Amino acid sequence: MEVLPKWADTILIPIIGVTISLIISAIIILLIGESPVEAINLMITGALGSTYGWGYTLYYTTNFIFTGLAVSVAFHARMFNIGGEGQAAIGGLGVAIICLSFGWGHWFPALLAATLSAAIFGALWAAIPAYLQAKYGSHIVITTIMFNFIGAAILNYLLVNVMRPTGSMDPATAKFSSEIKLPSLHDILEVVGISFSKAGPANVSFFIALAACVFVWLFIWHTRWGYQIRAFGHSESAAVYAGILPFKIIMVSMLISGALAGMMAINNVMGEAERLIMNSTEGAGFIGIAVALMGRNHPLGVLLAALLFGFLYQGGAELAMWTTIPRELIVVIQALVILFTGALENMVRTPLEWLWIKTTKGKG
Amino acid sequence: MNTVINEGRHKTAAPSIELINISKFFGSVQANKNISMKVSPGTIHGIIGENGAGKSTLMSILYGFYKADSGEIYISGEKVAITDSHSAISAGIGMVFQHFKLIDNFTVLENIILGAEDGPRLGPSLSNARQNLKSLAEEYELNVDPDAIIENLGVGMRQRVEILKALYRKAEILILDEPTGVLTPSEADHLFRILQNLKNEGKTIIFITHKLREIMEITDTVSVMRQGEMTTTLNTNETNPENLAELMVGRKVLLTVNKKDVDVGKTVLNIENLSVVDKQGVKRLKEVSLSVKAGEILGIAGVAGNGQSELLEVLGGITQGTGSITINGEIVPLTGKKANGQSRRAQGIAHVPEDRQHLGLIMEFLAWENIALGYHKKSTYQHNSIFMNNKKIKQDASEKMKRFDVRPQDTSLSTKNFSGGNQQKLVLAREIEHDPDLLVVGQPTRGVDIGAIEFIHEQLIKLRDSGKAILLISVELDEIMSLSDRVMVMFDGKIMGERNPSKTDEKKLGLLMAGIEEQI
Repeated sequence: MEVLPKWADTILIPIIGVTISLIISAIIILLIGESPVEAINLMITGALGSTYGWGYTLYYTTNFIFTGLAVSVAFHARMFNIGGEGQAAIGGLGVAIICLSFGWGHWFPALLAATLSAAIFGALWAAIPAYLQAKYGSHIVITTIMFNFIGAAILNYLLVNVMRPTGSMDPATAKFSSEIKLPSLHDILEVVGISFSKAGPANVSFFIALAACVFVWLFIWHTRWGYQIRAFGHSESAAVYAGILPFKIIMVSMLISGALAGMMAINNVMGEAERLIMNSTEGAGFIGIAVALMGRNHPLGVLLAALLFGFLYQGGAELAMWTTIPRELIVVIQALVILFTGALENMVRTPLEWLWIKTTKGKG
Repeated sequence: MNTVINEGRHKTAAPSIELINISKFFGSVQANKNISMKVSPGTIHGIIGENGAGKSTLMSILYGFYKADSGEIYISGEKVAITDSHSAISAGIGMVFQHFKLIDNFTVLENIILGAEDGPRLGPSLSNARQNLKSLAEEYELNVDPDAIIENLGVGMRQRVEILKALYRKAEILILDEPTGVLTPSEADHLFRILQNLKNEGKTIIFITHKLREIMEITDTVSVMRQGEMTTTLNTNETNPENLAELMVGRKVLLTVNKKDVDVGKTVLNIENLSVVDKQGVKRLKEVSLSVKAGEILGIAGVAGNGQSELLEVLGGITQGTGSITINGEIVPLTGKKANGQSRRAQGIAHVPEDRQHLGLIMEFLAWENIALGYHKKSTYQHNSIFMNNKKIKQDASEKMKRFDVRPQDTSLSTKNFSGGNQQKLVLAREIEHDPDLLVVGQPTRGVDIGAIEFIHEQLIKLRDSGKAILLISVELDEIMSLSDRVMVMFDGKIMGERNPSKTDEKKLGLLMAGIEEQI
C-alpha cells in the first residue's frame, strides 16, 4: 500500500536522504579540522558560483546523465547493469576510431558518426553479458562487472600496443584533428549573446544528453518496447503469460542501456580529452548507478541527480584545491548520498510514513 | 449438541479466549476495528468473512506475528501479552496455517520436536515425542507414521502433523486457517472428526473459513467479520447460510446460479494425449484427452496440484507439452518459439490464470496498463509500429471497467490498490471483452468476495450463452457443480472420469478426486 503521496515519495524522501548525508559529511569535515560552513560555501561558489564552475559541473553532469540513463533503462527490465563503466570505455574506443580514421572537416558530421559509433560499441559490449543472461541465466551483475575489467584490459592493450602514435611514451591515441573539436558551451552561448567561461569542458554533448533524457522517457512510457520492458521488469511470470519473450526483452533493454553508456564517450573523449586516454571514464559508470537509484529510474530524476553529482564532483575538486580536505572526501560524501537515498531509504521512509499517518489522522 | 455460549456446562469457567477492543492499522488502513470476542472452552468457534475482512490479521495478532495497536487479550481469564509466537505457544495457542510450515525432508517426529526439543541431545527428545505421539494418536484419531518423511505424505497427513505439532506444544486453543482449502471432501470429513474429538476433550478451536457450509457443519458459535469489524456473533444453530452470507456482504446475495439450456455447437477445443513434464523431469500431465464445444462449460474438478495448473499453462502458451491440441480445427503449437501467449491469443484462446497476482496482472501497473497486457500489440492500441496510443488504451480501459463494474472506476489507480474481486474483474474484462472463441479460466473466484463471485459467475454464464466454449478449472466443487455443463475430475495428472453435474453429487466426485474409481 502506498501511504505517502507521490510528491513526498519522489521528492521529499531523496531530499531528506541528501540532507542527512550532508549533515554527516559536515561532522566528518569538523573532525578533519575544517569548517563545514566554509566547505559548503567553497563547494557552492566553486561549482555553481561562476560560469567557470558551471562549465565543469555541467561536463560531469553530462557524463552522469548518460550512465544514469543507461542504468535506469536496464533496471526497468530489472537488469542491474553494473557494466556502464566498461561500456562507456569501449564506447570511447568507438569514438576514437571514428575520429582518427576519417578526415571529417567539420565537427557536426563527425559528432553524428561518433555518437552512433559510441552507441554501437557500448551496445556490443553490453550484448555479451546480456546474451549470457538471456540464454544461460548467467547473472548479469557478475558478468557486467567482469566485463568492466575485460574492457579496461582491452583498452590498455590497444592503447599501449596498437593505437599509441609511434614515438609517444604516453599510452593514449593521437590527438583528434582540431577541425572536429566540439563547440563548448562558451561557443554555443556566445551565439545567443550570453558570455560563458572558455575554460570549462562542458560542450554540445550536454544537449545530446538532454535529448537522450527525452528519448528514454518516450521509449519507456510511450512505445510498445517500453511497455514490454516494464511488464517484464515488474513481473517476469506475467510477461510470459502475456506472450512477451524474456530473451528479446533482456537483449533489447541491455543493448539500449549499453548504447547510452557508450554515448558518454562523446563527452569525455571527443568533447574534453580530444583523444582516447587510459581510464578516461573516471568511474562515471559507477556513479550512474547512484544517479539512477536516486533519480528513481525516471529521466527527469536522473537529470536532477546527475546535476547533484556533477555539483559534488566539481565542488569536491574545489575543496581539495583550497583546503586540507582530501579529494577522497567527495567519495565519502557520494557514498553517504548513495547510502541514504538508496540502501537506507526505508530508514527515512518509515518514520515519514508514521508521521504522515499521525498528521492526516489528526485532520480527518 | 451445540451448547449455548456462556451457558451450559461451562457456565462458571472463564472464557478460554477473550479479546477486548483489538485494533490494528496498516498505514492508514484499519485492518481490525475494536474487535471483541469471547470463546468458551470446549467449543468450536467459526470466524467467517470475505477476503480482506481482517480474519487473518486478527489471527496473526493472536499468534504474535503482528502486535495490536490497542486492545487486550485474555486467556482463561488471565491477561496476556503476546509479542511473538513463543509467547503465543506458552499461552497455549497453537496455529495450523493454510500453507504448512513443515520441513519437507525431515521425518514427522523431527518436525514435531523442532523448536520444542527437551535439550541439546536429540535422542531423548525423539523418544519422548514418540511416546507422546502415540497417546495423542489414540486419543484423537490422529494416526501418522512418526518415521515417515514429510515429502512422502499427502496433504491431509501433513495437516495432521501440523495439528500434532500444536498439541505436542500443549496447545489448549487451536486456530485453523482455511484448513479445508487443500483437502478432498473425505479428508475434510476426517478433519472434522478430529476436531470433534479435540472439542470433546475440552480443547477450544477457532475455525477460519469463507465456506458457509463448513461453518454450519462443524461450529458451535460463529462470528462474522466485515471490513475489519466483527459485526455479529451467533449460535450456529440459530442461523442459516443465506443469513450468514448476507451478514458477510451486507446485502442479499444469490447463492445459486441461474442457467438456461443452450444448444451446443461444433467442437472448439480438442485435446488429445496431452502430456507435460516439468523442469525436474516429473510428468505432471499424463495423456489427457478432452474436448469443449461452443456454448458449453466443461468444468475440471480436483484437489489443487493434480495437473490442473499445467493444463491451464499449456493452453495459455506458458509451458510446453506433447500431444495435440486443436482450436476450431487449427493446430495449436505446443513446442518451440510459436508456443507463446501471443500466438494463443491470435488463435482465439483467452486465458484467465489461476494466480492473477503473479500471472494475470502486474501489480505495479496502473489499471489501464493492465487492460493492454497480452493485447499490447493489438492494432487499435497503437499509433504506429513504435508508439502505443496510451490515450486510446485508457479510453478502452475505462469502458471495460464500466461494463465489468470494476470499482473504483479509476483507470489511473495502481492495480495493487484494487481489492481481490476487482482485480479479478479487471482480468475477466480484458479477456472476455476481447471476444475469444475459447476462454480458459482457472480458479475464477479464488480470494474473491461473495458479491463479486455472483457477478463473475453471471459473466461466465453470459459468455457461454453467447456460444463460446469455456474450460473451467476450479478447486471449489460448488462452483464446478453449479456452472458446468459437464464435469471431469483430475487426479495425479490424469482425467479420472466425466460426469453430468445434475446426475452426480459431491461425494461421488470426491472419491474420484481422491483417485478412487467408482464401481459402475
